[in-house]
Amino acid sequence: MDNQKVIVVDELTKRFEDFIAVDRISFEVSKGEIFGFLGANGAGKTTAMRMLCGLSIPSSGKASVAGFDVFHQTEAIKKSIGYMSQKFSLYEDLTIKENIRFYGGIYGLSKTQIIDKTKYLVEHLHLQKHENSLVKSIPLGWKQKLAFSVAIVHDPAIVFLDEPTGGVDPIARREFWELIYDASERGITVFVTTHYMDEAEYCNRVSIMVDGKIEALDTPKQLKHRFESGSMDEVFLKLARKAVRGE
Amino acid sequence: MKQFIAFIKKEFFHIWRDKRTLFILLGMPITQIIIFGFALSNEVKNSKLAILDFSKDVASQQLIQKLSASKYFDATAQLKSFKDVEPVFRQGKVKIVVVIPQQFANDLQHTNQAQIQLICDGSDPNVASTLKNYATAVIMDFQKALGNQQKLPYRIEPEIRMMYNPELKGAYSFVPGVMALILMLTCAMMTSIAIVKEKEMGTMEIILVSPLKPFGVVVAKAVPYMLLSMVNVASILLLSVFVLDVPIRGSLLLLISEGLLFTITSLALGLLISSITDSQQVAMLVSLMGLFLPTTVFSGYMFPIENMPLPLQIISNIVPAKWFYFIVKTIMIKGLGFSYVWKETLILFGMTIVLFGISIKNFKTRLA
Repeated sequence: MDNQKVIVVDELTKRFEDFIAVDRISFEVSKGEIFGFLGANGAGKTTAMRMLCGLSIPSSGKASVAGFDVFHQTEAIKKSIGYMSQKFSLYEDLTIKENIRFYGGIYGLSKTQIIDKTKYLVEHLHLQKHENSLVKSIPLGWKQKLAFSVAIVHDPAIVFLDEPTGGVDPIARREFWELIYDASERGITVFVTTHYMDEAEYCNRVSIMVDGKIEALDTPKQLKHRFESGSMDEVFLKLARKAVRGE
Repeated sequence: MKQFIAFIKKEFFHIWRDKRTLFILLGMPITQIIIFGFALSNEVKNSKLAILDFSKDVASQQLIQKLSASKYFDATAQLKSFKDVEPVFRQGKVKIVVVIPQQFANDLQHTNQAQIQLICDGSDPNVASTLKNYATAVIMDFQKALGNQQKLPYRIEPEIRMMYNPELKGAYSFVPGVMALILMLTCAMMTSIAIVKEKEMGTMEIILVSPLKPFGVVVAKAVPYMLLSMVNVASILLLSVFVLDVPIRGSLLLLISEGLLFTITSLALGLLISSITDSQQVAMLVSLMGLFLPTTVFSGYMFPIENMPLPLQIISNIVPAKWFYFIVKTIMIKGLGFSYVWKETLILFGMTIVLFGISIKNFKTRLA
């Protein structure tokens, strides 16, 4: 079971007129894996992710997500993935409970499922006292943990995280990553983009995109070895410096 | 369907949490109707009138009495010479001066012809012409009373009847106007702001990644505002019937259905605005400039479209409120049925379809 491939990407390309945002990338991600998707701004990460989420139709190549084709089965893909973006994904003027219920609702969970999930999440995140507080009144670190929990409220096969920990302190980030490990242990594949290289070290495998192409893909340990670097930071700098295109 | 309901519920939470906006949305029609109904009126009452009487005889006294007895005028000043006329206008208190020449009674009796001069403050043309009309009417009345004593050879007496609005009440025209304005504002502006807000907050992305269909999202966003608009229609109608005495002569059901159609037209407009803007401020500005202004100017309830230059008359045709205003006036005030408004209804319907078409196309291209 563990070797089951949930994301298979083969020569995937996205062209905008004469600009090639994503240039024939290929990789596979296994079930339960934490896959780091790195790259400087403008390297094509977001475009690649949008294609995998069914928000954008690729120009050429092949890809399947959770067993569904990104060209024709985007609706089925949407049902089996969760998504959390760098921009804040909870409703600030709704309470914690209402947010959980809303996301449960739009992913089609039944009433009892929603009630169970809400109870479980509130307890799990130690938010019992705050379940009826408006989201805008809770600290950023809590919000981010809640946003992640809400993104996987429907137990998706894969969760896509787009720079999820922007702007939070190291302790909150550490706690956030504990949630990610939890999810991965439950068999949810985690596909994460980040700019924090210490976070890249937490991933099972990391790919680094430069100018629309994947320049390196391996475990953090192997990458450091190959590029003779002490940290992922150095690896990233060595690769990203080759970039021709800017922002 | 369950997803849809979850979404609508969320929208209601948003509206409910934002009490200030909710208050404005529901309070606006009430204040508008009350302001328009009581403060704004084309009638000019108790205008200050000054008299320059060179004649000082029985006839002139009678005429002056008649003028000051009418509810439109308050005779305040007796002037002594023409030199006094300008100063009283300059002070701005007096709006009209009646000049009665010497030998007024004499001329009337012996030559059957006398002259009188009305001097009005033309700096406010509407008031001036209204006052001129009132004064002329009083003078005609006075003349008629004289005429009864002597037989005149010819006489045409027009008898005037104002159909549908015998008292010429202003409320008859602005109740439909306010209805168009309020519906346009609540639906179009609020829906566009609500959708753009999701874009601004970044929650739109999450929704697009979810299994919800974009069309469903848009409809779910619109439903709460549609309900709010119906509440507004109800409060406008209740206020106009019970407070302003504006009757609903036609079918209430037809009136409400047309209201619903116009609501949907406005929603489509709001949707279009939200598909071309990315921030709440821009959406609000576009709504105000692009909807509020044309609705007030071109719907015909403030300024008669017939008097506009031809190019503006042509432009007025693309303003949905113009058609809705006509429909409401026809049903409510004239009491006519669907057969009199089907053309206008069809135009609104066509506009709605086109607007929806464009905005959904815009929505989709953004996704690709």
